[in-house]
Amino acid sequence: MVAVKQWVENMRLDRRKALFGTFCLCCLPTIGRTAAFKVEEVAPGVFIRRGVDEDATPQNRDAIANIGFIVGRDSVLVTDSGGSLGDGLWLRETIKATTAKPIKYVVLSHIHPDHIFGAAAFVPDDPVFIGHAKLRAALETRGEFYRDKLSEIIGVDQVGPLVRPTLEIADGGEVDLGGRIIGFKAHGPAHTMCDLSMLDRQSGLLLPADLLFVSRIPALDGSLLGWLKELETLKAMGAAKAVPGHGAVCVDFARAASDLTRYLTVLRDGVRTQIKQDGSLQQAIKTVGAAERSNWLLFDDYNVRNVTQAYKELEWE
Amino acid sequence: MKILGKVSVVALGILVSSGPLRADDQSEREARWKDIETSLFGARVVQNGDGVIALDAPVRADDASLVPMGITLSAKQPVKSLYLVIDDNPAPVAAHYTFGPAADPREIKMRVRVNTYTNVHVVAELADGTLLETEKFVKASGGCSAPMGMSDEEAMKGMGEMRVKFAGDATPSKPVDATLMVRHPNFNGMQMNQLTRMYTPARYIQTIAVSDGPQKVFDLETGISLASNPVINFAFVPTGKGQLKVDVTDSENSHWEKTVPVPTLSN
Repeated sequence: MVAVKQWVENMRLDRRKALFGTFCLCCLPTIGRTAAFKVEEVAPGVFIRRGVDEDATPQNRDAIANIGFIVGRDSVLVTDSGGSLGDGLWLRETIKATTAKPIKYVVLSHIHPDHIFGAAAFVPDDPVFIGHAKLRAALETRGEFYRDKLSEIIGVDQVGPLVRPTLEIADGGEVDLGGRIIGFKAHGPAHTMCDLSMLDRQSGLLLPADLLFVSRIPALDGSLLGWLKELETLKAMGAAKAVPGHGAVCVDFARAASDLTRYLTVLRDGVRTQIKQDGSLQQAIKTVGAAERSNWLLFDDYNVRNVTQAYKELEWE
Repeated sequence: MKILGKVSVVALGILVSSGPLRADDQSEREARWKDIETSLFGARVVQNGDGVIALDAPVRADDASLVPMGITLSAKQPVKSLYLVIDDNPAPVAAHYTFGPAADPREIKMRVRVNTYTNVHVVAELADGTLLETEKFVKASGGCSAPMGMSDEEAMKGMGEMRVKFAGDATPSKPVDATLMVRHPNFNGMQMNQLTRMYTPARYIQTIAVSDGPQKVFDLETGISLASNPVINFAFVPTGKGQLKVDVTDSENSHWEKTVPVPTLSN
């Protein structure tokens, strides 16, 4: 962790140099273009920035997920850190401009790059990094791979080092921001193998991260049947409003969950039908999900791999 | 020989398989194939097999660790053996099938890993020794080094479990379509554990033999290019003995076998 701190410090020094013209500003993880982003207060003390509905590019610096923070009486919790060091630095500066309270907790909602690579920006605050109990293993397996791939797209100095969780949630848990309790739930395989959701008990707002996609096509990387099951678990929490990992920053949970359930069900039933009819994976890829095409952004980029994932899972049923 | 990728890696926001195009030009690709061709077939002539062999491969693979390949053969004389070669993979020969009397090698499907933008070749050897080839260019990358989505222990769970599915009931002497599924991580040795900085040792399926009673359907020699949890679609002509036997061995000399009854239509 000391090394990470030093690294972040160096980046900050570089930024200072940049201001004096030593370096090209656009090549460093400054707030840069992400400065155009704004956070929206979706519930009292809950601020969320909407990610763009794109894949990572040098221009968007992987600021594609909905990230933000919750302010309690005593401290601040970062709901997700962002998709790059620059994205995380932007969020940190936004927090500092909003409140003087210390950043005590940073959540790593799951393994995907657009949610974890902003974490290094918060190392100087020495927060508790909260993640699913299976996140660490996933980081060991995939972290450097993601780092390499993201570096190819946005540049290695933009990506930042990996940060490991220091508080691991195996089932449930909670933290207190000072009269404001945030509850955690570690889910079974669903969107990924390590999804963590949050509930702000004060506002009743659910923060399921990427267990809930709105507008943007869901990406299946854990278990299709598991995801459908975990959506039921989330529904049982009874929250009216939710902050999805992608899409509008605050939505009616029941409606958004039902859209997602519909897509996953189309995927499940379509793939099952193909398998039953001895349709090959090739055949399934060409047909399953087509009816959902107009309902989601980036459909063509993700549906085929979703079908592939679903087929791999369901052919062993 | 190194590589791996069990569960494909879906990184939201990063299309992992859309890697950079290598600078290799057409002539380099042709030279590469010449090398492979010579090492496999020596001085024998390999003729253009378009019209006899068809390779169904995606132009751009959405998941480089699980790229479906479909091979269709319409030769007038029996096919003795079949090669699937992924030219630029670390071990190019992904599959070598040797067909037996119970085979019906008109259509074979399998799933492979593709490491980089590459030509994929299929070569069929006919009964009289004629060699026919066809090729496709596939854009994919990282299929070999993509990390698994789970721990090695989880990936090895149920290793050797097999399933065989048949498309309907079989009628003796009429071809029946079958699907063979094998649980095996097919570790290729290219995946690094970031914590230990060690590569997961390679452990992959080397041979799959399928027979119908005493009659061979096919012997398959394969390796690290085979996707994990391999699935192979093939057809065979049941002899009426009603027992399909599958033998699988891997690079650690583990051996699994399974015999399943062929659902025969009673008449």
